[in-house]
Order: sequence, then C-alpha cells, then structure tokens
Amino acid sequence: MTMHTLSVLVENKPGVLARVSGLFSRRGFNIDSLAVGETENPDVSRITIVVNAESSPLEQVTKQLNKLVNVLKIVELDPQGSVARELLLVKVRADRSARAQVLETVNLFRARVVDVAPDTLTIEATGTHDKLDALLRDLEPFGIKEMVQSGLVAIGRGSRSITAGPALRAA
Amino acid sequence: MTRPTPETLAHTARRARAAAEPASDVDPATTRAAAIPATPAVRPTAPAQVSGAGSLVRSLEALGVDVVFGIPGGAILPAYDPLYDSTVRHILVRHEQGAGHAATGYAQATGKVGVCMATSGPGATNLVTPIADAYMDSVPMVAITGQVARPSIGTDAFQEADIQGITLPITKHNFLVQTAEEIPQVLAEAFHLASTGRPGPVLVDIPKDVLQAPTTFSWPPTLDLPGYRPTLHPHGKQIREAARLMAAARRPVLYVGGGVLKAGATDGLRRLAELTGIPVVTTLMALGAFPDSHQQHLGMPGMHGTVSAVYGLQKADLIVALGARFDDRVTGKLDSFAPDATVVHADIDPAEIGKNRHADVPIVGDAKHVIDELIAAVTVERSAGRSTDLGGWWTQLNDLRDRYPLGYDEPSDGTLSPQYVIKRLGEIVGPDAIFVAGVGQHQMWASQFISYEKPYTWLNSGGLGTMGYAVPAAMGAKVGKPDTVVWAVDGDGCFQMTNQELATCALEGIPVKIALINNGNLGMVRQWQTLFYNERYSNTELGTHKHRIPDFVKLAEALGCVGLRCETADDVDKTIAAAMEINDAPVVIDFVVGKDAMVWPMVAAGTSNDEIMFARGVRPAFDEDDI
Repeated sequence: MTMHTLSVLVENKPGVLARVSGLFSRRGFNIDSLAVGETENPDVSRITIVVNAESSPLEQVTKQLNKLVNVLKIVELDPQGSVARELLLVKVRADRSARAQVLETVNLFRARVVDVAPDTLTIEATGTHDKLDALLRDLEPFGIKEMVQSGLVAIGRGSRSITAGPALRAA
Repeated sequence: MTRPTPETLAHTARRARAAAEPASDVDPATTRAAAIPATPAVRPTAPAQVSGAGSLVRSLEALGVDVVFGIPGGAILPAYDPLYDSTVRHILVRHEQGAGHAATGYAQATGKVGVCMATSGPGATNLVTPIADAYMDSVPMVAITGQVARPSIGTDAFQEADIQGITLPITKHNFLVQTAEEIPQVLAEAFHLASTGRPGPVLVDIPKDVLQAPTTFSWPPTLDLPGYRPTLHPHGKQIREAARLMAAARRPVLYVGGGVLKAGATDGLRRLAELTGIPVVTTLMALGAFPDSHQQHLGMPGMHGTVSAVYGLQKADLIVALGARFDDRVTGKLDSFAPDATVVHADIDPAEIGKNRHADVPIVGDAKHVIDELIAAVTVERSAGRSTDLGGWWTQLNDLRDRYPLGYDEPSDGTLSPQYVIKRLGEIVGPDAIFVAGVGQHQMWASQFISYEKPYTWLNSGGLGTMGYAVPAAMGAKVGKPDTVVWAVDGDGCFQMTNQELATCALEGIPVKIALINNGNLGMVRQWQTLFYNERYSNTELGTHKHRIPDFVKLAEALGCVGLRCETADDVDKTIAAAMEINDAPVVIDFVVGKDAMVWPMVAAGTSNDEIMFARGVRPAFDEDDI
C-alpha cells in the first residue's frame, strides 16, 4: 500500500464534503488525512485527501469521485513534484527547570511558542509529516499534555497551477 | 403525451398565483386577461409571480412531464394545490414505494424521465427502495419530496428525515432546495442529470416554507453544472483498435447490457452483429435489445443463462462489452471468468470500465455512438480484406445450443408447471406486449421462456433485485404506454409486498394484467435451500397453497380487479385468453403451480462459470479438444 495525495477541486456548496468523504468510506477506503478550504476562486473549494491504497482501487475511487456532480477536478500530487505541509499545535509540560530545554527544541525545529503558562508552553509547528513526528519525539520526554494536528495541504511545485479551468467558465 | 397548451398554462399561472395569495378572490376573467402571454412548454416564458409550489408545478409542465406518481402529506401539501389544476396528471398511489417503482416502470417503457412525489419523513423514506432500485438499474427518475420548513430542519421535527443524507449513496445526485427562486433551475438540472450520461435517479427535497414562499417563475432557467460533462463520443483510436480485434478474433462475443437499450442503439446493434457475424449475448437488463429469435442470439449469460451464452463468454478470445458492467451474476467467480478473452469494454460511465474486469481496450462513450462508429471501423477492416471465418466457433456454439436448449421437466407430482404457464403466456400474448417481472424464480423463467423480439418489452429489477417491483412498475409502464398490453409476471411472495397498487390501477383506469405464479413459497430461496441447505425449508413456506391465505382471487376482487384462477395445464390457454378479453379492469390470474420446479441452468453463487449445471446433477460436456 502506498500513500497518495489527491487534490480535489469541488464546488463550494453545502454538503459537498459529506459526498466526498462518504464515497471513500462506502468504497472501503480509510482517509489518512483530509483538509478543506477555499481557493483563489471563492466558488471553488479544494479538498486535500491523503489515502493509503493500491493504485488500481485508487483509480476506481478517483473515477467514482469524478462522477460526483459537484467535483470539478481531481489531481494526484506526487511527493517529488509538490510541497506538502501539516500544522501542529502541541501543549508541552515546561516548568522553570525544563523550559530552557523545551525552547531549545522549539528553535531547533524552527517552531514557535504561541502561548505561555506557568507550567506549559504551547508550540506551533508546520512541516512535513516526518518533521512534525521528529519534533513530537523530541518533546515527548517533557510530557505532552495535549496536541492537535491539521490535515495535510499540498501544492504543486513550479509555475503551473491546478484550477477548475474551463469547468467553471460558465459559472 | 399531453403537452401543456397555451390555454392550460395561462390557467395554471392564474391558479398558481391564486395559491400564492390565500386571500385572493380575484375574478378569474380579469386574471386571465392579465395573465402572462402563454407559450408552449419549451419556449421561454416571461416572469410570473407564483408560490414556490406553483413554480415547481410550472417547471414540471415546462419539462414536459405528463404524469407524477405520489401521495400528499404535510410538508409536500403546498405542491398539491397548484397540481390540482395542472395539465400534469397525478396518480394517487397507495404506498410511496409504489410511486417510485411506477416512475421506474414508466421510464423503462417510454425512455422518458419518471417522476414520483412524496412528503417528508416516512413518505420520503418509503421512496428509498425504489430510488436504490433505479440507481442500480440506471433508470432516469426524479423524486420530489417535501421537507419540514427550513427553521425546523435539524430539530427532529415531526416527520423530519434527512432524505438528502439518506439517499446520498443511491442517487446520481440530490438537492435540498434552499430558496423558492432556485426551483426552476434545480428541476431543470435534476431532469438533465437524470436523463443524460448514465441515467439515474435524482432527488429534489423542498422545504415546506420554500414551497409557500412567493417567487418569480420564468423559463427556461440556466443550468449550472460545471462538474458534469458526460463523454458521449468515443475515442477514434480505441474504436479502430476494437474493430481490428473484432476482425482478427476467432471466438468473439458481443456482450450486450442495458446501456444499449438506454442509448436507443438496438438498430445499430443488429447491424453490427449481422455485419460481423459475431454471436450476441444479452444480459437480464438487455433482453429485447437483440431479437431472441435471431440466429446469432445465444441468449442470456450468467447465473441462470443459457449454456451456450455462458460457454460463449467463458471460452471467448474476444469479448466486446457494450453498455454492460461485468456484474457478479454474469461473471460468476471473477478470477476464472473468460480466462482467454481480450476485453473491449464500452460504457458511458468511465467508472464501470476496469471496475471488475480489466479492459484491454477501454471505450468511454454513449452506446449509440460507439456502435455506429464500430460499424464504420469494422467496415473499413472488412473492405481491406481483414476478417476471420467464425465457422468453427459457430459449429461449437450451435452444437451446445442443440444439446443444451432451455427446457424443463414436467413436475412428477402432477402439479402445474410454472415454466409451462410462462411459456404459454409469451406465446399467446405475443412480442408486442410489455412483460414486467418481480424477483425470483418467476423472473428467471420469464426471462428464459418468453421470447423478447423488441426493445423495451421486458422490465425487471436487475441490480437491486427488488421483490415487489412488478405490480407498481407494470402500472407505470401501462400509464406510459396505454395502448400496449402490459403483463406483470409476479410471484406470490413479491405480489404480497405491493399488490395494494392494484387498487390504484382499478380506480385510475390502468388495466394491467398480472400472471401470478403462485407456488406457495419464496421459490428462489426455497430452491437454494433445496440445493445448499439440505432441504431444510426455513421460513419459505407462505401458506398461500396450504391455507389459501390470502385467497388471491378474492384479494383481486377486493382491489377492484377481475380475479381468475388456473390450476391445470388444460386451463392455461383459456384462462390467459379470458384475461386478454378484459380491457376495462386490471386482471389477476392466480396460477397455482408446483413448488418443486427449479430454475436451470445454474451457476451456483461464488463458483466459476465453468461449473454451470444444466440441470440438477447434470454438467454439460464441453469438448475441450474443440477449442
């Protein structure tokens, strides 16, 4: 099984996310991560889906996705040709004795402290999945009180862009 | 079809406006004079002030809808007021499932979009089965449901059900209408989606307050479906490759599915078959697409297909699939299906291609265009002298046809043979009638022992296998084709699920005929219990023989139909003849048949098509050396 990153451009309408995510579960796919937001065109949303699948069932689910009336375009982003990022917020135990060490780790990973309390620091970090994993490993010994991660967002490298293109010209 | 006339449209506009203004006691004459210049349905209409409900009904008129099957209720009630005066005929069914299957029967018989209507909550959920049925069989259907008023959505209000969410996996698309202004556009989009590309059901859910809101109706609206672009024309290179393979194959088969009927491509199919001499098999969904009596027709493939059709596909070196989807009931165990075949797979739905069986030559396109272009490309191949002699292949297939024809044994216990009844029905009624089957043994026998010579004369629930389909679907077919004789071939199990629609038929003047193949049991399930569960008949005996409950003749009469009974072979012809004499009421014939008859041939579920059984304990002898 391989990880695939799909960029799905959809009409920005109510219920579209349910149609897309429902299709994956119905066809027996587990979504590893999902992120959705508006694009440069406010009528279009972009859903980035990371899914673990063989290529031939993935082709079937892609075709089924294409059949959804609200789906405009689907592009698979290959890891080499794209930039992919996740966002992590993590609350770490950091009393006076540990604070300096925690801050050193934060700097090492070019992360940022976004909230301070007497015994904890809340850290914001963006990066690839691997980088965030490594950061978490380094923070773990201090004690992670709470963490939250976004889905992956990804964009192709170079000047070419994925747009809804001719599909939306009529809109 | 009755299209709205200028007169009636103006009339409707007036009534719709009146509905929007409850206090209105406007003089009809003045309103009429002030009415918008009425125009025929498809021409643009100037904006008119109506309610959302009025806009809905006028949209249906503009779309050329002549009939809607439905039941009113609280949330959809506003729509029924303008409908009262509309040119659209509303047929009041007895259960929403009946409305849905009737819309399907109508659509399958006429090729037009079938329309059903229900209220919110239970009305809408009762449509779920027919919607799923239409989805599996790619039937163009629009289901219109009322929804609780917008402020109540999400509050578990009385008769609230999230029908949009419920039908997400079983509709081609669905809409929850947010404002009255969008009603014409949504309706136009729904009909467009339902009827183009791969057809399918579309649901339009409209909250009650949207139906009541004042709005402006004008026609035509602009469709806004940027993500919907079905591919109709096939790729020329793929067509040429397919034609090249067809010219070179030694054991080719045309595997024809329901898509050929949907595309109206049956004339082309016949030309292609006769041009190439290639054997044809038609699936359960495609019966009638190619005449059963045609010399090149091997019959139906699959679980209960003919030996020659199953063998033809199994031993083919080239399968040309046209509007078919390699369903498990056709392929048997997929791994061992047609192991030597190169596959050309043409379908309008790209997701079908390669879904079950790898396609060597994928062709995305409408079957009509695909077949027309294949004919042209094959003609080029043949004029260049490229074609193979299929004589050897035909010798094998004809030999199988001779040795393993469709047949049945007379019951040894002296009971009436269900196959005989169905065979005689087909012979006496003839190929101009429409036959509508339920699901089970009687369905398979009706597919085997009635000869289908013309397209759209065989309707059934193929994909979902919905018991209870036949009576309401026959009703819909008869409404769509009032001058055609419509026979439902139903089982006693199926019939008891939806027979209440015979009351609808009796009252609405829809004289369908029902051949009830009453074996007192859930016959197909019983057959599996006989074959695979050591004859332990758990919960398959219905008591319609033992206790004569219900008495189907009395039941038919209670529903306003003529009830006849036939229990012996001698009476079969005259009972059918008697039913054919009656054209002013629905007729039910209770054919009391033996319970032990089985459907053969059979490929047991999950086994390879190579394991086909011609009859119990009889495997066809395939001479492997011939191949």
